[in-house]
Amino acid sequence: MKPIIKVQNLSKEYRIGTVQAPYANWREALSGAVRIPFRRRNGEPAPRQETIWALKDVNFEIQLGEVVGIIGRNGAGKSTLLKLLSRVIEPTTGRIDLYGRIGSLLEVGTGFHPELTGRENVFLNGAIIGMRRAEIERKFDEIVAFSEIEKFIDTPVKWYSSGMYLRLAFSVSAHLEPEILILDEVLAVGDTGFQIKCFNKMQEIHKQGRTLLFVSHSLQAITRFCERAIYLSDGRIVDDGPAKVVADTYLGSGLQTTAEPLPERKWDDPQRAPGNEIARLRAVRVRTEEGVVTGMIDIRRPVGIEMEYEVLQPGFVLAPNLHFFNQERIYLFVTADNDADARHPRPVGRYKSTAWIPGNFLSNGTLVVNAALTTPEPTIIHFHEIEVVAFEVVDSLEGDSARGDYKGQMPGVIRPKLPWTTQYTPSPQAEECLVGEGSVV
Amino acid sequence: MTVTTREGSSSLPQPDTAPAALAQALVNHSLARVDLPDEPLATIQPNKSWSAFNGRELWAHRELLYFLTLRDLKTRYKQTLIGVVWVVLQPLLMTLIFTVFLGLLVRVPSAGLPYPVFVYSGLLSWMFISGGIIGCGASITGNANLLTKVYFPRVLLPAAYLGTKLVDFFISSVILGILILIYRVVFHYQVVVTWKLAALPFIVGLMTLFTLSIGVLVASLNVKYRDVGVALPVLIQLWMFTSPIVYPPNLVPERWRNLYSLNPIVGLIQGFRGALLGTEIPRLALAVSVIMTIILMACAAFIFRQTEKGFADIV
Repeated sequence: MKPIIKVQNLSKEYRIGTVQAPYANWREALSGAVRIPFRRRNGEPAPRQETIWALKDVNFEIQLGEVVGIIGRNGAGKSTLLKLLSRVIEPTTGRIDLYGRIGSLLEVGTGFHPELTGRENVFLNGAIIGMRRAEIERKFDEIVAFSEIEKFIDTPVKWYSSGMYLRLAFSVSAHLEPEILILDEVLAVGDTGFQIKCFNKMQEIHKQGRTLLFVSHSLQAITRFCERAIYLSDGRIVDDGPAKVVADTYLGSGLQTTAEPLPERKWDDPQRAPGNEIARLRAVRVRTEEGVVTGMIDIRRPVGIEMEYEVLQPGFVLAPNLHFFNQERIYLFVTADNDADARHPRPVGRYKSTAWIPGNFLSNGTLVVNAALTTPEPTIIHFHEIEVVAFEVVDSLEGDSARGDYKGQMPGVIRPKLPWTTQYTPSPQAEECLVGEGSVV
Repeated sequence: MTVTTREGSSSLPQPDTAPAALAQALVNHSLARVDLPDEPLATIQPNKSWSAFNGRELWAHRELLYFLTLRDLKTRYKQTLIGVVWVVLQPLLMTLIFTVFLGLLVRVPSAGLPYPVFVYSGLLSWMFISGGIIGCGASITGNANLLTKVYFPRVLLPAAYLGTKLVDFFISSVILGILILIYRVVFHYQVVVTWKLAALPFIVGLMTLFTLSIGVLVASLNVKYRDVGVALPVLIQLWMFTSPIVYPPNLVPERWRNLYSLNPIVGLIQGFRGALLGTEIPRLALAVSVIMTIILMACAAFIFRQTEKGFADIV
């Protein structure tokens, strides 16, 4: 059978290192251009031209009607692949053959202008995502009816509530009829109703025999909607096959490959430690209150995540921050040091910063931690280590945790033990009712 | 059965209770049967083309150009009190100032035309060119949100902006007509309409291509070096006074005149005046403008192509 998308040896290279700032200025460019030839002559090394391959030799084929999920961690190349398919960026090498009209929704409402009315924005956005004017005219009533904002269609969208705005934006997107649809998970933001619309749309697309490419962090979404999944890591395809099988590989791989002693990571050689010339990460540890480094944490006890780092240059505000994910890689929360010390430039030296997560807050299961050090405004990320440590939160059945005396499965990504208050006003008939058989609701 | 979710609703509906309308809408456009073509509809690969101006692709996106232009037109004077009046008020006010100071006080000659007509015709073309260059230059950075989300020929952004300036240009030209009419009725000054009027579309077309080329060049540079945006107004100001906008070119001493004509604006402005008001069209200066426009277009197509690859990464 002939594929509808054929990707061959696709690679995308990004240059990093030489351009420090997102954009340089004339002076830098000019002085740089003048200096380079001299530097060569003086035997100085040429500026390091660091490049990274966001995607490297990716090959796959997608058949008509397939619903394919693309999974991978941050920086694995998922977004790069999506952007290449939607032609927002150009590949460095390789090719993609498309045998059908492609529609790409990296966001809804691209190009919506707040000053324009709903009607004007429908036409503008429709044209931007690739619809013909005649097509928009034909579907206009349908689009408006679906968004349920008929009354406000001639009102500037800046007066819309965020819900109305999203509904209209989504409605235009839902009426794009490509044979291949590319969806980014960022689409699934917004209120619950909106997410449901998104997911329903995906299922319908599948039923119509359209081809769908869906990128997500959420394994739940992937296993639910996709038959097939492609697992990307470091710009390469690690696994490609039935979604459930690939999801297992993905889950299993993380911890085995990254952290050997899960609760502690150390970099003894400063040259190899993550970071830059300003700061380097030297160790990350999971500790109990007693200072024991352990990978097993009692759900009722606080746990400290300790970051040890070296500051090599003074004058930078350095805010350590930790990112927590559960086993399904659902992003639980981020915490950053906002104390007074962290808001002032830190002198050179060695630091240990620990974030304490209170007991009776996390849910049981595996927690995976990313550690980063950031300078705010302008943002400099000195290092951001993905899945640097992991630990297991062990539940207690002794009745003093958030689960109380309940022994069954507790849902939810966190499990805080919260203070409850109950107010009781005795009903005048309460005593009589106690005698009667009728239940009072 | 339709479930509507309102903002602030705390209930969490399950996916199964989703709006049936959506399902219906999508089923309606269900693909009956798809036969895949033998040849790919599109192939994405490293683009080897040297030029950013691909005629076929631009033609395919002509409707988008129309909607982008319409957007820029509609939004520009939103939330202003007098709206579109600004389009004609700007050159009119400047004409007034120059007429009082240069025309009446300094008595700058004006090639046999009433000074206000002379200066207004110059200003209106100049404002098209200078406004076009500044606006086109900012069009890429100002539309970063589009660049990172959707594909379309990037050159549509400066082109759409220039489209709005072209509309302004025509509106201001109507005022020029009114101005001439006033002079005819009140001061009995006759503007001679000559065969030169036939050259007007050519001159305006040349002016548009010239402005687009420089605008596109500035836009490519502006993405990488924001200094451009800062330096531009100053350069534009200098350029205005080295061009025959508020004074006629024969004010320049004879021996410097050829050097002066190397400024491509000379041919454009004098050409526009000549075509419309019957003054002399300088052949040499116009030839310079044509050649410069061709060179600039080639440069713009090439440099824009080189930088557009990186737009999504830099902006």
